[in-house]
Amino acid sequence: MSVSSGSPIITSQTLPTWRQKEAEPFVRIEQINKQFGDFTAVNDVSLDIYKNELFCLLGGSGSGKSTLLRMLAGFESPTSGRIIIDGVDMSHVPPWERPVNMMFQSYALFPHLSVEANVAFGLKREGLPNHEVKKRVAEMLDMVQLGHLARRKPHMLSGGQRQRVALARSLVKQPKLLLLDEPLGALDKKLREETQFELMRIQEELGITFVVVTHDQEEAMTLATRIGVMNNGVIVQTAEPHEVYEYPNNRFVAEFIGNVNIFDGTVVTDERDSATIHCADTDSLIYVDHGISCAPNQGVSVAIRPEKMRISREAPTEINNHVSGVISEVAYMGSQSIFKVRLPSGKEIRVTQPNAQRDTGDRLTWDDKVHLSWDADSSVVLTS
Amino acid sequence: MMTPPATASVETSRPTLKQRLQRLSLGRWLVILIPMLWLAAFFFVPFLVVFKISLSEAMIAVPPYSPLLEWDPDSAFATLRVTFGNYLFLFESRFYLDAYLSSLRIAAVSTFFTLLIGFPIAYLIARSGPTSRTILLSLVILPFWTSFLLRVYAWMALLKKNGLVNDILMSVGLIDEPLQILQTDFAVYLGIVYTYLPFMILPLYTQLEKMDMSLVEAALDLGARPWRAFCLVTLPLAKPGIIAGCLLVFIPAVGEFVIPSLLGGSDTLMIGRVLWDEFFLNRDWPLASAVAIVMLIVLVGPIMFMRNGNKEAV
Repeated sequence: MSVSSGSPIITSQTLPTWRQKEAEPFVRIEQINKQFGDFTAVNDVSLDIYKNELFCLLGGSGSGKSTLLRMLAGFESPTSGRIIIDGVDMSHVPPWERPVNMMFQSYALFPHLSVEANVAFGLKREGLPNHEVKKRVAEMLDMVQLGHLARRKPHMLSGGQRQRVALARSLVKQPKLLLLDEPLGALDKKLREETQFELMRIQEELGITFVVVTHDQEEAMTLATRIGVMNNGVIVQTAEPHEVYEYPNNRFVAEFIGNVNIFDGTVVTDERDSATIHCADTDSLIYVDHGISCAPNQGVSVAIRPEKMRISREAPTEINNHVSGVISEVAYMGSQSIFKVRLPSGKEIRVTQPNAQRDTGDRLTWDDKVHLSWDADSSVVLTS
Repeated sequence: MMTPPATASVETSRPTLKQRLQRLSLGRWLVILIPMLWLAAFFFVPFLVVFKISLSEAMIAVPPYSPLLEWDPDSAFATLRVTFGNYLFLFESRFYLDAYLSSLRIAAVSTFFTLLIGFPIAYLIARSGPTSRTILLSLVILPFWTSFLLRVYAWMALLKKNGLVNDILMSVGLIDEPLQILQTDFAVYLGIVYTYLPFMILPLYTQLEKMDMSLVEAALDLGARPWRAFCLVTLPLAKPGIIAGCLLVFIPAVGEFVIPSLLGGSDTLMIGRVLWDEFFLNRDWPLASAVAIVMLIVLVGPIMFMRNGNKEAV
């Protein structure tokens, strides 16, 4: 059952909707503000979400991501700004009239109702005839593979089963937009991975637009078509997962998502297709293969991911992009090893290396003097 | 695709009372023994004494009733003298039946209004912030710091003909002559609702306070308007608290004596007053005892009913 046939996705085999210039956003958040007394929870956020997207709002606690989600659900009304869903201004429409459903972080299953009755709750409020309610509840429970537990009460289910009941309950009304608040937060690691793929399968099957709030960057990376990284009530970057990782547009994003080494320095030369940066911590200048377009001597940060650095006992032959130090910590993780290297300046650098070969006995170890190097296109220059 | 074993085990795993008693160790027995002894000494034995008196006849003697066992000084046998006359008398006389029904009615109506007033208060306290919650809760408990009797006297002062309530109503111009509020059923309702309100609020608060407020949000999100969400989610989840509160108000209200005698009129018929009159004015201890025993039996019904309801709710 492919609901997505006939949706705008078909028109572009190559470009996803959010990259098409002419595409009409499905959810439009326009300059939303939310104040709680003196505290600004959400500060002038504008965001377009497209049909069939699985959009992740990623941020730490207090970043405003949950408030934004609650405004989409209708539990909070914005202090200023508009929320438009499928062309209709929903800014001040109460939750019970919105074509939006939410899966709560606590699941919020009604403890006095059976699994069946929980899922049927929303349909009954629509005044659907009984046999129709029964049919749709059964279909939905089959989809989340819980048909055999229909008569149980929520307290008789495991955490994973409860999560699926919550999902079924929020999907059964076929909302235009499904909001998920930390959907995998309460599950253990193995179950979380399985459920991630399950969520993606269901989202594709039903063609419903998902907005997921999470603080777990790994979860966001796996699930999302696009990620909006939030900090202090502001969306600092909106991009596809690999972009957010490879091309963070500011220091917060670089540090929040994955591990990163950051070198602070000043711009020495800045041309159209290259730039050099002087940094007190490194032995050589940092050379990047793109211009920065900023004033000379401006302070910048250079971010390099640990897996994009090479570590070796031999000195590199390149002129730029290397630094030497002493290994201060080694963690052998099986598939990869993590090294912490202390530079003469005292700064610690994190390097990860895949253990591609079996250990032959001369593995790098504590107190080894090593040289680190990286390619000109591995680093990202951050001006903010 | 049913999984009967798993379901069945949940249903049948609840042990019987006997099994539970067998599992107890000696230490646990001792812990239970003390309250058991207490209940036996101060509830069960007095109950038996009252029951015994109810089976005897009133006499002008000390104590003022006929003994149950009479020793014949000439023979070694004792005569057992039992009469159910007191009980028969209760059922023959319309007066006692009316008193029971009237007590139940007054208690039921007062309980209903206590619930009606107590629920919003408990809800508000459960929803308020931690600081104001402490203050509000202590305000609920504060009246207990003065004697119950004093508070009822205070109500008398408020409600009497030249009392504060009538003064205010007259000065505002709502009434020309003082209203007869004291010595009416209304004053009794007022007194019971006022006195027992904390007993309703506290169990309701405990229940509402532990309720996850996202449940209400979930109901709203699924299309229920606020009133529907309240009826379908908040109310069923508050049920154990409602039942506990109603029992705590209803049971003492049925046997209430002080409030109807101080605030009620001469026609306010309540079984507590009847009991008092039989005992102290008529000195008919056996009849008074029978009244008390029947009242206990009358109350066992609603208690069992509500307890069963409570079990379902859990």
